[in-house]
Amino acid sequence: MKTLSYVEAIREALAEEMRRDQKVFIFGEDVGQYGGTFKATKGLIQEFGPERVIDSPLSENAIIGAATGAAIMGFHPVAEIMYMDFLNECGDQLVNHLPKLHFMTGGKLKVPVIIRTQYSLGRNTGAQHSQFFPSFFMNTPGIMVATPSTPADAKGLLKTAIRGTNPILFIESAALYASKGEVPEGEVLIPFGKSDVKCHGRDVTVVAVSRMVREAINAAESLSSDGISVEVIDPRTLVPLDMEAIVTSVKKTGRLVTAEDGVKTSGVGAEIIARTMETAMGYVEDAQRVACPDIPAPFSPPLQDAYMPGKNTIIETVRRMMSRDPRS
Amino acid sequence: MYESMLKQRLLDEKVVELYRKGLIQGIAHPCLGQEAVAAGVMANLSKADLIVSNHRGHGHSLAKGVTERAMLSELFGKETGMCHGFGGSMHSSDLECGVIFSTAIVGGGIPLAVGAALALKMDKKTACVVCFFGDGACNTGAFHEALNMAAVWHLPVIFVCENNQYAVSTPVIKSTAGHIYLRGEGYGIPGKLVNGMKVLDVYEVASTAVARAKKGEGPTLLECETYRYSGHGPYDIGLDYRSQEEIDRWKARDPIANFEHQLISQNLSTTQELQTIREQTRRRIEDAVRFAEGSPYPPKEQLSKHVWA
Repeated sequence: MKTLSYVEAIREALAEEMRRDQKVFIFGEDVGQYGGTFKATKGLIQEFGPERVIDSPLSENAIIGAATGAAIMGFHPVAEIMYMDFLNECGDQLVNHLPKLHFMTGGKLKVPVIIRTQYSLGRNTGAQHSQFFPSFFMNTPGIMVATPSTPADAKGLLKTAIRGTNPILFIESAALYASKGEVPEGEVLIPFGKSDVKCHGRDVTVVAVSRMVREAINAAESLSSDGISVEVIDPRTLVPLDMEAIVTSVKKTGRLVTAEDGVKTSGVGAEIIARTMETAMGYVEDAQRVACPDIPAPFSPPLQDAYMPGKNTIIETVRRMMSRDPRS
Repeated sequence: MYESMLKQRLLDEKVVELYRKGLIQGIAHPCLGQEAVAAGVMANLSKADLIVSNHRGHGHSLAKGVTERAMLSELFGKETGMCHGFGGSMHSSDLECGVIFSTAIVGGGIPLAVGAALALKMDKKTACVVCFFGDGACNTGAFHEALNMAAVWHLPVIFVCENNQYAVSTPVIKSTAGHIYLRGEGYGIPGKLVNGMKVLDVYEVASTAVARAKKGEGPTLLECETYRYSGHGPYDIGLDYRSQEEIDRWKARDPIANFEHQLISQNLSTTQELQTIREQTRRRIEDAVRFAEGSPYPPKEQLSKHVWA
């Protein structure tokens, strides 16, 4: 094992895959000499040259469109979109083209485009640079969605993504970039659709996504001193979603809390709870969502603190859940 | 080029007929009147060259080598279609013929073409990509983003605007500032205006553009002035926003009739020879209709087959 930060793990995955396969290239705004706004591609242009680490114009729709065109021709582009909010600039290519091309052509075209992006909630970046809306892409068949929460997962999932044959939206959390964790030496590949149980428990299942995984683990530690035993599951990929692990856990605990940095309505939690109810209704005593309120992200730091979910929101939700009769 | 134009014309006339009978469902956009653009451009391309087409794309694909059978079966939604019935009229691909994709989103194909051209350049291949789109597409952001990207990297791509005078019902003069071909200049790439009703004129400018792309000198923007005889779709001829006189005026410049006249008057062909080509083309299309009608639909079990690769 070695210790890497989340952003170092991403950089290592990119470098390893570019060494392995000449068809992998990086494409996006400021990814070259500048190393990317969050330095995920720092130093890669020195090793791989400007032909494979390509600084693009500020044209998000064309970045995804051109990456798609290159993928059709046999390349494996890793496109970087600086902020998740800017995915809305790519709407046509990202929603109407990329996820549907394989389907619309009866399986003829393969478009293994990886889109790396990050969301910045927690960095006081305001309403246009904080959004986390993966559920939109859970609602868009044809694109896989990864939301790594640790350096090891970031590396392993990204390497698997690059070796795949499908379009993948790889959502990083800027709040996690500096966080450190152990990463296995040698080849690290983590399959999509396989969740990770971060801590085992019997009373409540917390399914946490991205930055909220660490918050959930911290909440579980605090709650254990109250005698409440929390199981924390990180799905790691939202498409495909490891419902089997979630349902198995909920059948044991009878209580489900979801935790995410997106807004509550029609979010990841809504979908996870709905799917759980469809298969395990009789086992579920209570289900609650921890998420941002249905409000754009505020700038002012105290307002952002009030807006963001975190360890304490999870603790309050779990305590409330444990203290009430769900039938009341 | 004559055969190519005729094939496009007769096939789309058949599509209109089948659509009106209810045999072709959904949406289909005929290219009647615009055939010289695809024919003139494609005559410059080899099999290794690629195209990206749009919602009015039957003609482009046929001219690039897709068979009548594969095309019509796709329009019928049959398993024998070029995309096994999953794409239909507006979304199709045949990489073996060099057709990357026909997209139904106006302007959406332009960035795809640029990406394919980037791939050709990275692979150091001597080939080019031609992207067809209409006048409406020139007012999308994708057009500008993609032209800039292609220009700044000198990519082997030719942007072919088929200015058929209308974006659905909105005339170019009411929606489009300046001249489309002059927009190339803003990006430092040559822009040429060409009579899109004359196949030899199209052939000539496309020839220069293709040579330029293959020499690594970068993209060209061609604005081909043409006209669609049908309305936006096959259901009418669009008389609520244009006059019959206007349609007749353009039809007098018909690319196929005028080319026939030219071939005969210059003794390059005879009426008999042209008649034979017409008859053979008509027969191939009739055969393709029978083939499509007789082909099976994709089985329902295949509904989810192509979501993931």
